[in-house]
Amino acid sequence: MQFFRKMFGGQVTKEIETATTAPLSDQQIQSILQGTKSQFDLQQLVAASGQSVGKQRELNEDSLLALTTTLAGNSGSLPFGIYIVADGMGGHQFGEVASNAAVRIVAGHIIRKFQPYLFSIKPSPPDESLQEIMQTAVREAQKIIQNEAPSSGTTLTAALVLGQQVTIAHVGDSRAYHIYPDGRAEVVTRDHSLVKRLEELGHISPAEAENYPHRNVLYRALGQGEILEADVFTVSFPQTGYLMLCSDGLWGVVADQDINKIIREAPSLQRACQSLVEAANAAGGPDNISVIIAQMIG
Amino acid sequence: MGSVYRARDLHFPNVVKLVAVKEMINTAPDPLIRQTIVQNFEREANLLATLNHHSIPRIYDYFTEENRSYLVIEYIHGKDLEAIISENEGFMTEEQVLTWGVELCEVLSFLHNHKPDPIIFRDMKPSNVMIDHNGDVKLVDFGIAKTFQFGQKGTMIGTEGYSPPEQYRGEATPLADLYALGATLHHALSRRDPRMEPPFSFEERPLRKINPSVTPELDAVVTRSLQYNPEDRFQTAAEMKDALLAAAHKTGILSKVTSTIGQANGIKPLWTFRCEDEIRSTPLYYQNTLFTGCYDNNLYAINAGNGEFLWKYPTEGGIVSKPVAFDDNLYFGSEDHRLHVVGARSGKVVWTYYTNGPVRSSVRIAEGHAFLGSDDKFLHAVNLNSGRAAWKFETSDPIRSTPYIANELVYVGNEIGDFLTIDFRGELKWRFRAKRGITSSPTIDKQLVLFSSLDGTLYALDHRNGFVVWRFRLGKGSISSPCVVDDIVFVGAADGFIYAVEARTSKELWRFRTEHQVSSSPVVYKDSLYCGSVDGYLYCLEYRTGRLRWKFGTEGQIIGSPLVYDDIVYVGSTDHQVYALLA
Repeated sequence: MQFFRKMFGGQVTKEIETATTAPLSDQQIQSILQGTKSQFDLQQLVAASGQSVGKQRELNEDSLLALTTTLAGNSGSLPFGIYIVADGMGGHQFGEVASNAAVRIVAGHIIRKFQPYLFSIKPSPPDESLQEIMQTAVREAQKIIQNEAPSSGTTLTAALVLGQQVTIAHVGDSRAYHIYPDGRAEVVTRDHSLVKRLEELGHISPAEAENYPHRNVLYRALGQGEILEADVFTVSFPQTGYLMLCSDGLWGVVADQDINKIIREAPSLQRACQSLVEAANAAGGPDNISVIIAQMIG
Repeated sequence: MGSVYRARDLHFPNVVKLVAVKEMINTAPDPLIRQTIVQNFEREANLLATLNHHSIPRIYDYFTEENRSYLVIEYIHGKDLEAIISENEGFMTEEQVLTWGVELCEVLSFLHNHKPDPIIFRDMKPSNVMIDHNGDVKLVDFGIAKTFQFGQKGTMIGTEGYSPPEQYRGEATPLADLYALGATLHHALSRRDPRMEPPFSFEERPLRKINPSVTPELDAVVTRSLQYNPEDRFQTAAEMKDALLAAAHKTGILSKVTSTIGQANGIKPLWTFRCEDEIRSTPLYYQNTLFTGCYDNNLYAINAGNGEFLWKYPTEGGIVSKPVAFDDNLYFGSEDHRLHVVGARSGKVVWTYYTNGPVRSSVRIAEGHAFLGSDDKFLHAVNLNSGRAAWKFETSDPIRSTPYIANELVYVGNEIGDFLTIDFRGELKWRFRAKRGITSSPTIDKQLVLFSSLDGTLYALDHRNGFVVWRFRLGKGSISSPCVVDDIVFVGAADGFIYAVEARTSKELWRFRTEHQVSSSPVVYKDSLYCGSVDGYLYCLEYRTGRLRWKFGTEGQIIGSPLVYDDIVYVGSTDHQVYALLA
């Protein structure tokens, strides 16, 4: 900084703005402090996961994948991670086939696209945009699931972390959360479930939604329908908090504030995942439980 | 998963009898799944065999061979409704849709009155409706017209978008078919595919707003069939048929209602100011004065309140760049190769800086430096105290895009399509290559740096490393600079459209058609978006919906961007005039 100042004559300029001012929140201060750190520190993405069949099911129809890479050198480090949770749909419909296929196909597609960037001597970024890569990954999975296990279906919440961005592809009612250290748990995906839709339309209240009899009915799922439109979007990786992906076996059973508390109080991410799974099982474990937590350090 | 073949029935060797053979390939590796699929298939065959109605194809035979099952049915010369809707350029005529609606009501009525048990079709949608060579309707694909299978997690049988709320709960009734018929008619009349929209959102897409030629009578019938609560809909297919017929009677041969667009001409400017040549630049408001560059080589200072001339400053080339005010001085480039610095009050030159080519990029000021591009292919960082270059960064082509400065980096595009990020020492941080030139000026919103290109793409890159987060296809190339408000990106393009794209998802929210290229960059003020077009109009749109509020016609093209300050819009035109309008 000194160097720049000297070079530019040390004059500090301010643009006139009409914005109203307000005290900075802790989070803003944190993010400003983060911004002043040296850029040459190795920024690391870390992640952990947990899974359980639950207490009431015999079959685990959830699938998950967590892949974290660290590739650092003179040109800095670029966090890269793929996190996927898929929850196959019920009973005789072979949901476990669908969820497993979804996780493998989507992750495989992303890795193929990034292989030249990550692992070749002359790195070249993919031709397609991040959102296009996610879209095509979902389309490929849709096609294969319809062939391999017709009439089955699965949810899919897939997050591609690249640098400070998270690009998410989402179908169904598994969720991605931003968990903040101040106690907030923000759902960044939108459930494609009947109950959520009714709530959005104002036909039922959030309280009624909690106890709605058909909570598990989806209107969109991977493997179902001729045209599948996944929600694909990009958000910032939560700088001071966590990115969490989970199936409804967790979020439908353990309240958001308890999830947040468990994560913050756990000594490590791995332990946090275990405690979340335990909490869901302690609450009856009505469904399969899958959870992935990722954090950016540095 | 399945194909349909056209085949010839050789039981009749002396005539050509065509049949359709529906084939299902059982690719499921699991024997249990395979078995279920065969069962479904045979159920369809048995159900169809018992039905006798002119709108239902007849079944001749069925069989299974290893992992393939076949159904031999009546061959229909025709096309399915989905194909007809998508191949048709405009809207279907109301008459046509009414006729099909009535026929579909008849066949549904037949199915619902089937004895001993009513048959629920469950999958009414355009692709399951064939229109044969006589224009008659045939209902095809009874694949799921069967007992609703309700898994633990809601097997979503029925087609998303066409199905009523209760079908998602596993209740399939005759009323559900009528809802889906309503959805099918809605799709045919509006050309909006409900599968691309959230469920039960027909209310948000009023028919007559999308297709103003639909009569209120037909609209009422479709609306009633799409009611959320089953008790508010038609209770039988016969009742719906009667309502459709009544609508047809009332309207007779369609009385066309034409929409009147915009209250375009009632707007009077507060003042106008005439220069001596075309205005292609964007004005600046500073201390109650409006500054604008002009192709007559002058920079004009105009009283922003009444449009009176204050002074002009002559350069030796046209001025297309937007002036910038800083410390009571104005900074702007001219095609005379120079950056001019002029006192904002006096109009007297303070200093100038030479580049080796016309300057069409506007100036950006940060950290005591003026950053600007030039046709000499350099990005210049000029020290404000000394008036000399701190550094120059050489690129391969002219820079007409205005640099954007954030995070101690300078972001700029050039005419070959390079997008460059340069740090304050004049060193390249990262580079991205578009397929054609980037004249558009970048802007940064949260993590994204956004700009459009002559290759017809609106790009959103990660501002830290240049990764393409998303791309949005514009109809043609663009030199318009995007602006972002409320996570919506607005940009114009040479195809004449103004686009609104969601920043998070890159989904198009709306597009608005002007009559010519949009080179102007949109600006948002309060809840309106302002943008000029080469068709000569300044458009004022509701920025969330793209609905036209008003438009104002000038006598030339609007190439520069409007400026809004204190509820007044200022814009220049190639008719040599600057206009001040109430926002």
